Amino acid sequence: MTGLYAPRVALAALLVVVALALQVTLLSRLPLPGATPDLVLLVVVGLALSGGPAAGLLTGFGAGLAVDLAPPADHQIGRWAFVLTLVGYLAGLARAETRRSAFVPLAVVAAAGAGSVLLYAALGALLEDPNITWAAVNRLLPTAVVYDVVLSAFAVPAIIALAKRTEPDGSPR
Amino acid sequence: MNRDTRRSRVLLALLLVTSVVLVVIDNRSEGSSPLDGLRSAAAAVFGPVEQVAAAIASPVSDAVDSVSRLGEDGDELDRLRKRNEELTRRLRTSELDRQRAAELDGLLRVAGAGRYEVVPARVIAIGAAQTFSWTVTIDAGTRDGIHPDMTVLNGDGLVGRVKTAGPSTATVLLAVDPDSSVGVRLESSMEVGFTTGQGIEDDGALDLRLLDGQSTVARGDRMVTFGSQGDTPYVPGVPVGVVRSVQGSPGSQTRTAVVAPYVDFTSLDLVGVVVQPPRTDPRDAVLPPKPSTTPQPTVTVTVAPPQEGSR
Repeated sequence: MTGLYAPRVALAALLVVVALALQVTLLSRLPLPGATPDLVLLVVVGLALSGGPAAGLLTGFGAGLAVDLAPPADHQIGRWAFVLTLVGYLAGLARAETRRSAFVPLAVVAAAGAGSVLLYAALGALLEDPNITWAAVNRLLPTAVVYDVVLSAFAVPAIIALAKRTEPDGSPR
Repeated sequence: MNRDTRRSRVLLALLLVTSVVLVVIDNRSEGSSPLDGLRSAAAAVFGPVEQVAAAIASPVSDAVDSVSRLGEDGDELDRLRKRNEELTRRLRTSELDRQRAAELDGLLRVAGAGRYEVVPARVIAIGAAQTFSWTVTIDAGTRDGIHPDMTVLNGDGLVGRVKTAGPSTATVLLAVDPDSSVGVRLESSMEVGFTTGQGIEDDGALDLRLLDGQSTVARGDRMVTFGSQGDTPYVPGVPVGVVRSVQGSPGSQTRTAVVAPYVDFTSLDLVGVVVQPPRTDPRDAVLPPKPSTTPQPTVTVTVAPPQEGSR
């Protein structure tokens, strides 16, 4: 009932750290135009789709805080935590729908990719961040959705499969 | 836990409010934030993780780098296509080594010409584009004598300044970040102005604003850093870039121009952090030699060796 089942928390923490390290050392170096494929976002969405809203928002908050803190982050601490908490909660609400169609996770990832960029930019605009301009948002938005959806085809099923193995009532095997 | 309960909604509200509180506390316009301690503690933990990840990821990113660099030269690519796979692979490796050696040579030249004492470092991580800021992590930190507000350069010119420093890593704010403003002096007319970053769209161009509206500025004018008060965050004499186009007419309040920076911000690898500024302003001595002349520089190399255990 508590839900904070130790293996699940450990898996979430491990996935977030690995995803974040890969994102800043490898994915952001790829000579891709526009956005960086957001592996951390996919971890949050994947765990939310397998664990539900509460698991999603807790993972989102932890992952967001990690993104806010890990170098070379230079924005106000809490911005990604806010965005990913909300993304994790909303993705968790779509959990029941995933049994209906295989396209639901892709749609959730596309919405999360676009929503996270827009929400992060909106928060930045409120804080009068000089880096947030319409041109910059326009340049990032389409590529962010495309990269996230393409990467999710590989990453999200793997994350959900890993999460299933740590289910409290599942067979540990 | 699995369904949308009242408890999970309360938790959602709680965590969203916590995030907002953190943002508000950390939203400082000037100087230090109460959360800087948290930031450097995180750098102490994540820095080594990123160093390990960069070491594991470097064969992949090197391969991508070398392929994209080869693509820049059409002739060479055509020539390589005719060779067999083994030869191509070998050539890519040596090409990369040559690039690295050339970068180090360039850094030594700049450090020697300007008499800067620099600590060399490599870029290990780059911030995701979705954060809308242009920052990188380098693999040297306070243990190597690096502190916030030190100038970062490479063999081509100004890279940026150290924003925060952890024990073994440091975060560098690149000169192309819109938050970055650098005082510069034109080589030809000695006019003083400021460059501001525009992000990496438009090939990483910088905006230049000259303080004197009457000043003349022309395409091809070169500029170096003017030097900040007390040499922080910018030491004087570091090459910044070349004027690409001029906007506005003489006599307006300020003159603005677009500057092409010397540094290619999309492929940063080896950089140097100036730990000891020059005793005297090197003026224009560090600018790359003009193509027509063949100067014979007498280089005094004062590069500090990397300390033990810095990697």
